Amino acid sequence: MTFSPALEEKFARILTIYPPGRQRSAVVPMLLYAQDEIGHVSQEVIDEIAHRVGIAPMQVDEVIGYYSMLHRKPLGKYHVQVCTNICCLLVGGQSLLEHASKTLGIGNKQVTADGLFSLEEVECMGACSWAPAIQVNYDFHHKVTPERLDRLIEDIRKAQGTKQVS
Amino acid sequence: MADLVTFTIDGRQLQAPAGTLVINAAKKAGIEIPAFCYYDGLALQAACRMCLVEIEKMPKLQPSCTMPVAEGMVVHTDSEQVKGARKGMLEFLLTNHPLDCPVCDKGGECELQDMTFRYGAAESRFVEIKVHEDEKQWSPVVYYDPARCILCYRCVRICDEGLGVNALSIGNRGVHSEIIPNNSDHLNCDECGACIDICPVGALTSGAYRYKTRPWEMDHVGTICTHCSNGCKTTLGVRNGEIIRGNNRDRSGVNGEFLCVKGRYAFDFTKAPGRLETPLMRVNGKLQPVSWAQALAAVGQKFSEIKQRNGKFGIIGSNHTTNEENFYLQKFARHVLGTSNIDHHRTGDITTLMDALQGRENALATVGDLYTTKAALIVDNDLAQQQPLLAFQLRANWRHHKANVYAVTPGPVREDQYAKKIVRAAEGQEFEALESLRDQLQAEEELVILFGDPIKGDAVRKLVAFGDSLGKPVKYVCLVDYSNSRGAADMGLLPDLLPGYRSVRDAGLEPGLAYDEILNSSDLDALWVIGANPLSRHELVAANAFVVVQDLFLTETAQRADIVLPASSAYEKEGTVTNVCGEVQQLKRAARVMGSKPDLEIIGLISKEMKANIGIWKSSKVLNEIRAEVSSYRFPLIVVESGGAAATNPVNGPVPSTRSDLVQSARNNLFHSGTLGRHCSTLKAVVEAPGTIYGELVNEPEEALEPSTTQQ
Repeated sequence: MTFSPALEEKFARILTIYPPGRQRSAVVPMLLYAQDEIGHVSQEVIDEIAHRVGIAPMQVDEVIGYYSMLHRKPLGKYHVQVCTNICCLLVGGQSLLEHASKTLGIGNKQVTADGLFSLEEVECMGACSWAPAIQVNYDFHHKVTPERLDRLIEDIRKAQGTKQVS
Repeated sequence: MADLVTFTIDGRQLQAPAGTLVINAAKKAGIEIPAFCYYDGLALQAACRMCLVEIEKMPKLQPSCTMPVAEGMVVHTDSEQVKGARKGMLEFLLTNHPLDCPVCDKGGECELQDMTFRYGAAESRFVEIKVHEDEKQWSPVVYYDPARCILCYRCVRICDEGLGVNALSIGNRGVHSEIIPNNSDHLNCDECGACIDICPVGALTSGAYRYKTRPWEMDHVGTICTHCSNGCKTTLGVRNGEIIRGNNRDRSGVNGEFLCVKGRYAFDFTKAPGRLETPLMRVNGKLQPVSWAQALAAVGQKFSEIKQRNGKFGIIGSNHTTNEENFYLQKFARHVLGTSNIDHHRTGDITTLMDALQGRENALATVGDLYTTKAALIVDNDLAQQQPLLAFQLRANWRHHKANVYAVTPGPVREDQYAKKIVRAAEGQEFEALESLRDQLQAEEELVILFGDPIKGDAVRKLVAFGDSLGKPVKYVCLVDYSNSRGAADMGLLPDLLPGYRSVRDAGLEPGLAYDEILNSSDLDALWVIGANPLSRHELVAANAFVVVQDLFLTETAQRADIVLPASSAYEKEGTVTNVCGEVQQLKRAARVMGSKPDLEIIGLISKEMKANIGIWKSSKVLNEIRAEVSSYRFPLIVVESGGAAATNPVNGPVPSTRSDLVQSARNNLFHSGTLGRHCSTLKAVVEAPGTIYGELVNEPEEALEPSTTQQ
């Protein structure tokens, strides 16, 4: 398979920055960038990356299993990640997660029927000073309250022009 | 490694070469340090933390499996702290382990079970619900139960390092970690089952053995695998005369614990449907069951009659029968029937090699040599597919001793992964390729050359001349196909050679008809086939010949027979076989199959019917006869009788030239084994079958007549 020209260029560069014979070091960045472009890590992506760095697809699978930010299944267009580690937990991270679950109508690691949102409970994202924090795709949202979360979701829905799925 | 360091373990002052690991130094002194992930011959892992020991002046407990001994080191393996650590480690390992020992196949031979009894805590402090993951089937022969897995990585390492297949890996992380197969939900590998045997717990279990029995209910019979020529010892687990599993956990034999799919699983032909259980005789054009007495009397009578009128016999022997049977058969042919029309399917040109190496000592490499030689050269063979043990030995030699392996092959082979130099050359162009390797080979201290069947006749002499021209000690292995292909040649199943490669003229006989001449002879009166299936590939020209077949199954040849005598397989009889490297090993009877008789006994009974006396049909007696006649078989008997492998030497004198054009390997890969393979359901059930040679799919050999349609 081939990726977008920009990504292909990126991959070509990544493969040169490791010492000779260490091309498999490129697996993690390649997976992450491929996931950004495709939305998840498909079997096709795994086979392609394995082929490009010269290892068995199983060895790429191993890496994906280890890193929780790499997803084998398609996510929503907006991946809502709620932190429930200690700092966020103390100021309502858990209830924020439950609220998000209710608002979106999906549970942890599930995707809405329209494919717009997915929800995931995540570990610390390093935003403890502004807890509770959530991350939607790569955007941080600090000191999130249930109301702010609802507004955020509503804004995204409006921007997409879709109606609420209950 | 000559420098000895002095250190203390449990108050005992010990010495060991620098670099020795604490766990091994202790083991040598008789001090056991428990470990799961440490495994002799595999890369160090230090994953299980079971082998932690206390080393003075080190702040924390250290894993003894990765810690080399050092001068003045003081180690305690039995202190309170160490005991506590072991107990703690076992408690951790058991947090999610289901403790279903009463239904687990491994129960009774499980390392986790043993260690828990010995070092562990009887009760756990964990009250949480165990993390459970359901069992998975990865192939017809491999099942994985993640809940039982302790993640020692032994299976991952044996598959990657030992076999070079790299079919297993670890997926997910933390408490959800588990072994994953290479094809997402199933395996695509050699199906050798090494991962199952090496598993210290019951996480990997065998499709053939699951829930069949308990280890202590079986007799464990160490015999020699009856499939390829490598002569691996397989320890068959037998209950009530039935073989239930094959493995070699005691590491006896030339193979240590290595076995391929054939050695571990392909014993099911012994009870395959279609296995002959009674003699058959052609009555009114149809094969009908008869008694042994009737069948033998008929054979004896017909043979006597043909002999009396000076008729023409043709005898085709087997690549699977024992040395004793082969010897006895050629003796019967030459002394009773008075013919040298005897041959077998030749799968490697061992006779020309014997001639080229005449008078030399130490010119034939043993299986052990392949693990110690500094360099090896493979010519025209896909070793990992056709000669799995030899491939394993060379790979282990490269891993442990950095041996240089060279290969000249017509297509890709697994040795490409690590070989120092690979040259692709079509069959017939090997010698130009060899010249291109000359400088590199000349730089080696010693060399073992392994060659396949395209090297035959003059090419063998040319290869030996090439070896000699290097000016270095060179040993040879002539690769052959089956469990006793080598023994068939050694024992004179050849029209022009007696046992020990002497000319038949020495016995006052003229050379007889060779394999193709027997089948093409229009005036042949009798064809006697023992454990072979020549009519699957050739036609029998003599339409009226009286055909006697001794076999396990109603093969194409047996279907043409006038009398079929059901024979015992190698797993059902005693005797010796000679492997590809010329090492003689002993068979032990494991299974019992109703109705069949060992070929030795059948030949003896036929000679009795003919009122001929060629000695008693007892394998130990016949072996004595062989030893009297064949000098290279005069090895110390105790070696063979105690389950060892006795190496044989090349002959002293010249070997008369024989028909090397008949040499033709069947090119069996891991999933083929001639007639036996066709009746092994396991070999056919795996997804990899029919398998590859040189990376190309092998054609399935034509199916034998299905057992259900045979006339029984």
